[in-house]
Amino acid sequence: MRIVYMDNNATTMVAPEVFEAMRPFFTERYGNPSSMHSFGGAVARDVTRAREHLANLFGASSQEVLILSGGTEADSTAILSALATQPERREIVTTRVEHPAVLNLCKRLARDKGYKVRWLSVDKEGLLDMDEVRDMISDQTAMVSIMWANNETGVIFPVTEIAEIAHERGALMHTDAVQAVGKLPMSLKSTEIDFLSLSGHKLHGPKGIGALYVKRGTRFYPFIVGGHQEANRRGGTENVTGIVGLGEAARLSAEALSIEMERVKRLRDRLQEGLLDRIPRARINGNVEHRLPNTLNIGFEFVEGEAILLRMDDKGICASSGSACTSGSLEPSHVLRAMGVPFTSVHGSIRFSLSRYTTEEQVDYVLQELPGIIEFLRTLSPFGKEYLSAVCKVQ
Amino acid sequence: MWEYTEKVMDHFMHPRNYGDMEGADAVGEVGSLACGDALKLFLKIDPETDRILEARFQTFGCGSAIATSSALTEMIKGKTVDEALKVTNKDIADYLGGLPAEKMHCSVMGRDAFEVAVAHYRGEPAPREMLEGELVCECFGVTNEQIRKEVLTNNLRTVEEVTHYTKAGGGCGMCHPKIEQIIAEVWGERGRKEEKAAPPKRMTNIQKIARIQDVLDKEIRPMLQQDGGDLELIDVEGDRVVVALRGTCSSCPSAGVTMKQFIEAKLKELVLPDLVVEEVGA
Repeated sequence: MRIVYMDNNATTMVAPEVFEAMRPFFTERYGNPSSMHSFGGAVARDVTRAREHLANLFGASSQEVLILSGGTEADSTAILSALATQPERREIVTTRVEHPAVLNLCKRLARDKGYKVRWLSVDKEGLLDMDEVRDMISDQTAMVSIMWANNETGVIFPVTEIAEIAHERGALMHTDAVQAVGKLPMSLKSTEIDFLSLSGHKLHGPKGIGALYVKRGTRFYPFIVGGHQEANRRGGTENVTGIVGLGEAARLSAEALSIEMERVKRLRDRLQEGLLDRIPRARINGNVEHRLPNTLNIGFEFVEGEAILLRMDDKGICASSGSACTSGSLEPSHVLRAMGVPFTSVHGSIRFSLSRYTTEEQVDYVLQELPGIIEFLRTLSPFGKEYLSAVCKVQ
Repeated sequence: MWEYTEKVMDHFMHPRNYGDMEGADAVGEVGSLACGDALKLFLKIDPETDRILEARFQTFGCGSAIATSSALTEMIKGKTVDEALKVTNKDIADYLGGLPAEKMHCSVMGRDAFEVAVAHYRGEPAPREMLEGELVCECFGVTNEQIRKEVLTNNLRTVEEVTHYTKAGGGCGMCHPKIEQIIAEVWGERGRKEEKAAPPKRMTNIQKIARIQDVLDKEIRPMLQQDGGDLELIDVEGDRVVVALRGTCSSCPSAGVTMKQFIEAKLKELVLPDLVVEEVGA
């Protein structure tokens, strides 16, 4: 069966070039980069090169790149380091729509360690109120942690501006940029951001590898303690295959950035307009202007997301839903609820996330299959007949 | 991703008996848009025989909600109302070859909708536990009576299980202590009944020895014998129970302390709480 993969905010295909770059490090080049012999030592040069590709992708120097196991470890490392180096400050400022890697860590720090977490709300388009941001950050704030772009809606936050506010109050600034790196141009050198998290598997690299940018001069307290690796900031023998893969993925992403910005955006817009044209009672979740070029979160009223996903799966289409039933919990997406998306459509919200491997033909396939799926589920649904029959009568 | 059986997927992809019904004799509606699932069940019933001639459904919900609705209509069609009332939520889940634990509430929703439809047909108010009782879970609007009913009928023992069957506690989590209390109450009542059957506290020495011997023979010796060991009751003096280990047990290094504690705990539980076990050499 054909697979139309539109779930790239969940994970991405490993680029063929990435896999080829990694292959020798599984087989003949298995040395330890810390070794004193050249068999291992030569591998260290590949690790260095990978670090340079990463630094280049977001406009930093390679000494500022700390390689670790992924986005979640990067988030924990950054936040816990900021708290450890500023023991006199007991507050964290973050948003209600963060990824669980930040959200649940902050909840735990509040519950178990007595930190005060100030939660920023979002409006119905998923945007922050900058006056609230200014009010919440104080001289008690140790860390401001705000995602660069939201994984569910793609909404982009003004993190460089917020970093300046944080520094005015003497607080550190972290951004979870797992969804933004490789999709938006970045030059961290010219910002005041202190920490930035990224993940390899979101940019066509392998799973289990990621990085934390730590701005030069930022005080740092390690999360994983061990050997001298990563300049004593993260113990553990380097995941060489992962690092080489991440480096190659970063190199390709930097090259493809303009494709991502233009062609992927055009395809996403084609999908969006096509679905809105063909399916009544559908609405976009999230501000359309400040949004990642690859993400479309769209709610179909009166139907439920898991049912949509299962029927799309039957056609080989892969996407995600903010519905309660898909999350394993019974609550619908915390992001959509924080935005006040009404219940009529929150359970029927679907996220499509494209990549540079998405084709126009795939978009058209979704446009061909999805309207029938929604229509069928609406005939099953006890709701919405009064709204939808009005549409049907036109024919 | 959920592990759905082929039968669930079949009823989801090809639902039976869906759609509106004009002139239905009974309609049962449960759930809401806010909760994430809802089921409207329509029945045509022969007034002479009370037999269900036709059943149709409209469902808003996930794959298993649609599949259980479809299965329900197939299961009750052709049955009399009384026969159909005997269909439990577990029967619906079994009909589909099982449901993931987290999705059992879908089967409960199916059975509830049928009960509401029957009440409507008979001109009775909706089932008691849906109307009465104190609201426990505010997120999903579940009362203590509903929770009590599912705890009893589905033998639920943990808050998580209650959430899987009723959705109660699946939101903010504020009601978890209340749910725990309901579970404790339901099974506590059970426990107290069993307690009454427990042996009287005062026994003659002969009765005591007979009971100790009985517990040793039925509860402890079979386990030891599996490993080639055994145990003998030597004496009972007041609350002192003297035993000797035999066979492999007598030389087993792990026997000593753990064995004594295990036997003592069993005897305290089943005979008298004051008993103390002592071991003598073989």
